[in-house]
Amino acid sequence: MRPSVQEMIAQSKGKKNKKALEKIIPVILFLIASVSVLTSIGIVLTLIFETITFFTRVPFFDFITGTTWLPFSNNEAQFGIWPLIIGTLKVTMVAIIVAVPIGISAAIYLSEYASENVRRVIKPILEILAGVPTIVYGFFALTFVTPVLQAVFPEIKIFNAISPGIVVGIMIIPMIASLSEDAMSSVPKSIREGALAMGSTKFEVAWKITIPAALSGIVASIVLAVSRAIGETMIVSLAAGSTPRFDGDFTGSIQTMTAYIVQVSKGDAGYGTTIYYSIYAVGFTLFLFTMAMNILAGYVSKRFREEY
Amino acid sequence: MRYIEQQTVVKRMNGRLIANAIFKYIFLAATLLALLALVILLFRIVSQGAGNLSIDFLTNFASRFPDQAGIKAALIGSLWLMMVVAPTSIILGVGSAIYLEEYAKQNRITSFIRMNISNLAGVPSVVFGLLGLTIFVRAMALGNSILAAGFTMSLLILPVIIVASQEAIRAVPGELRDASYGMGATKWQTILKIILPAAIPGILTGSILALSRAIGETAPLIVIGVPVIIQFLPAGVMDTFTALPMQIYDWSSRPQQEFQAVAAAGIIVLMAVLLFMNSIAVIIRNKFDKRY
Amino acid sequence: MTTIITNKSVSGATADQTAKKAVYETKQLNLWYGSNHALKNIDLEIMENEVTAIIGPSGCGKSTYIKTLNRMVELVTSVKTSGEILYRGRNIFDQDYGVEELRTRVGMVFQKPNPFPKSIYDNVAYGPRIHGIKNKKILDEIVEKSLRGAAIWEEVKDRLNENAYSISGGQQQRICIARALAIEPDVILMDEPTSALDPISTLKVEELVQELKKDYSIIIVTHNMQQAARISDKTAFFLNGEVVEFDHTDTIFSNPSDKRTEDYISGRFG
Repeated sequence: MRPSVQEMIAQSKGKKNKKALEKIIPVILFLIASVSVLTSIGIVLTLIFETITFFTRVPFFDFITGTTWLPFSNNEAQFGIWPLIIGTLKVTMVAIIVAVPIGISAAIYLSEYASENVRRVIKPILEILAGVPTIVYGFFALTFVTPVLQAVFPEIKIFNAISPGIVVGIMIIPMIASLSEDAMSSVPKSIREGALAMGSTKFEVAWKITIPAALSGIVASIVLAVSRAIGETMIVSLAAGSTPRFDGDFTGSIQTMTAYIVQVSKGDAGYGTTIYYSIYAVGFTLFLFTMAMNILAGYVSKRFREEY
Repeated sequence: MRYIEQQTVVKRMNGRLIANAIFKYIFLAATLLALLALVILLFRIVSQGAGNLSIDFLTNFASRFPDQAGIKAALIGSLWLMMVVAPTSIILGVGSAIYLEEYAKQNRITSFIRMNISNLAGVPSVVFGLLGLTIFVRAMALGNSILAAGFTMSLLILPVIIVASQEAIRAVPGELRDASYGMGATKWQTILKIILPAAIPGILTGSILALSRAIGETAPLIVIGVPVIIQFLPAGVMDTFTALPMQIYDWSSRPQQEFQAVAAAGIIVLMAVLLFMNSIAVIIRNKFDKRY
Repeated sequence: MTTIITNKSVSGATADQTAKKAVYETKQLNLWYGSNHALKNIDLEIMENEVTAIIGPSGCGKSTYIKTLNRMVELVTSVKTSGEILYRGRNIFDQDYGVEELRTRVGMVFQKPNPFPKSIYDNVAYGPRIHGIKNKKILDEIVEKSLRGAAIWEEVKDRLNENAYSISGGQQQRICIARALAIEPDVILMDEPTSALDPISTLKVEELVQELKKDYSIIIVTHNMQQAARISDKTAFFLNGEVVEFDHTDTIFSNPSDKRTEDYISGRFG
């Protein structure tokens, strides 16, 4: 006769490997989960060690105060980071000028005005915009936006800060729009109804109630978008040029921190040269900028979150 | 005494309603402007590149001559890259998510891991390139191989996969878990037999979207030294290779006008691959939506 | 039941009846949510300076009806209406009657307190500000008058700049009433205003309603029959989207003419 199910269960209970498995699995999973921590540690250590090597050759003070970036000069190489920072900020500034008004307007439209059906169409399209590879945006900046700009403003050069700035702006619109929309949509419906019941127009509800209530989320979305713009690489590598400059000109070739790293990487600066180490110093500076922005975004959204 | 005069309220009402209407159209116009940018971008690329698309374009290697240039090495190279990235990133990502959702205690280490993941997601991809260059290319001496690039890309998209998997696991109803435990199942049995099968559509959708990001990333590949002019196909993961975005970058940055059309054709191929991957993700999401 | 009725004040309700005018006249109102016929042939006349209670089991349409009176119901898509509601003689569904204008005259207090995430002062000053009052001194006066009107001035006068969410739920609800009073409305709609409050806060709001009816017409939806009996002059009993009975509150509770009303108020269902 067949043993009962409970008997069969009792027999298999005795097996040792089952208990061992229950003990070892969490350990394995913990090790897997620590890979992300190791990655962060790896990034920080890599940047620190190679940057230290860089600073044994180029004085730290020269790097952080210098206003001339001239790495490829044979006898008079200069490594003052400011021209690259200025280049990065120029592109970021243009991007923010483009993306903030459009992104926030889209967020307001989606959260306050659009019907559920309209939202269901527009949001996925914005997601597509967010999913376009940056190399494609770079190509678009170089072969479309720059020529169009040149047709209107002949003084704009083939490489400039405006065209990649605009396209970086287009790239970060979905980020600002979707994060801001999330923040606005999380303002409870009952609060909106309270304002509407007093005779407010939708615009007044958005402007006086929803936006102030969601402000921390909106600001955080902008800060995160700034971080993305600072770290953006391919658009500026293709369309901004490779001329590190310490001035306020947006119409001519510039160079950003990211574009410099790419420029060196695709050249053949040999391993161990000062130029090789310089990309780590620049990378570290870039890392600090974006990290500061990310931490600021987290702080803003936690510290100034509205309670309701 | 009354502070609010009904007449002035009515008088002001018109202005307020006009402001409301004007701003509504401003907001709508801004939204449409963003969509218009996408339309122009896609239209430009298709009109520039469609003429260069052909079977030859898919089966030729790169060339100095625009009319002979093809994308074969890059397309196959990107597929090889995905064969490394997909298993590596999914195993690491899903494993981390299971640990965080099912095993991790609410302590400092756990909250540190969580915070670390969200910070990692904000690191620029070019910095991941520097990590890959130091650790995989040099320290582990993998060179500019598929494996080195694959590991670098896996770490880049790891945070995305972890977060997506966490959400999918969290969405599995507690009752299913309770039912399994109620029959005397162990924790790992419950995870393996109940939670993972229920969470797999969400995990797959998130993973495919993350992989489609990896397939379009260029900067880390440039930094770890992936070449562009490749006249052969890789035979294994230790071989050197090139990838779609690298090839497109190379064509785009050439001064000759003809290569821009070639680059546009390359972009069409890349976008087609992305469209294919995203469609699969959407199909999975729709098919398994709202099962419980 | 009888104890409740004796507690109620019904002094002079009929004496000045003839002098009163109707604020709302609802004529053959029908309302559908998609295909769901939520209100059926409603006819109701609501008088000024009275408290009109609307009672009925959940799902009877009482909340829908009160939200129709200021057209808040239209925030739900796919709502259709027929018939008319005259507010002070004018059909609120008229093409040229803007909802904003209507809602300026008709204030509303909701089930759950919903102050704006702003200071107490800014909550109350919100209405006057959107209607163009910017003078700080006048705003101060309005805020004080409204908070006094909502019987909460003494409790919050020293913390006007604190966030409205820092005070208790009962206080929040009275802030919401003050917020509605600040634009000096004609009618105040109250949609189960005490359902989220503790008994003491409920009592305060009920006392306030008695006070407010001197200056305002009040329509209150409540799921609590004792509350209706305590505070209202007239009561409408809704069932399945229809008005079963509408009469003086003491009549409804002591001598209802419809069997269903009697069943409901004696607790046989609902």
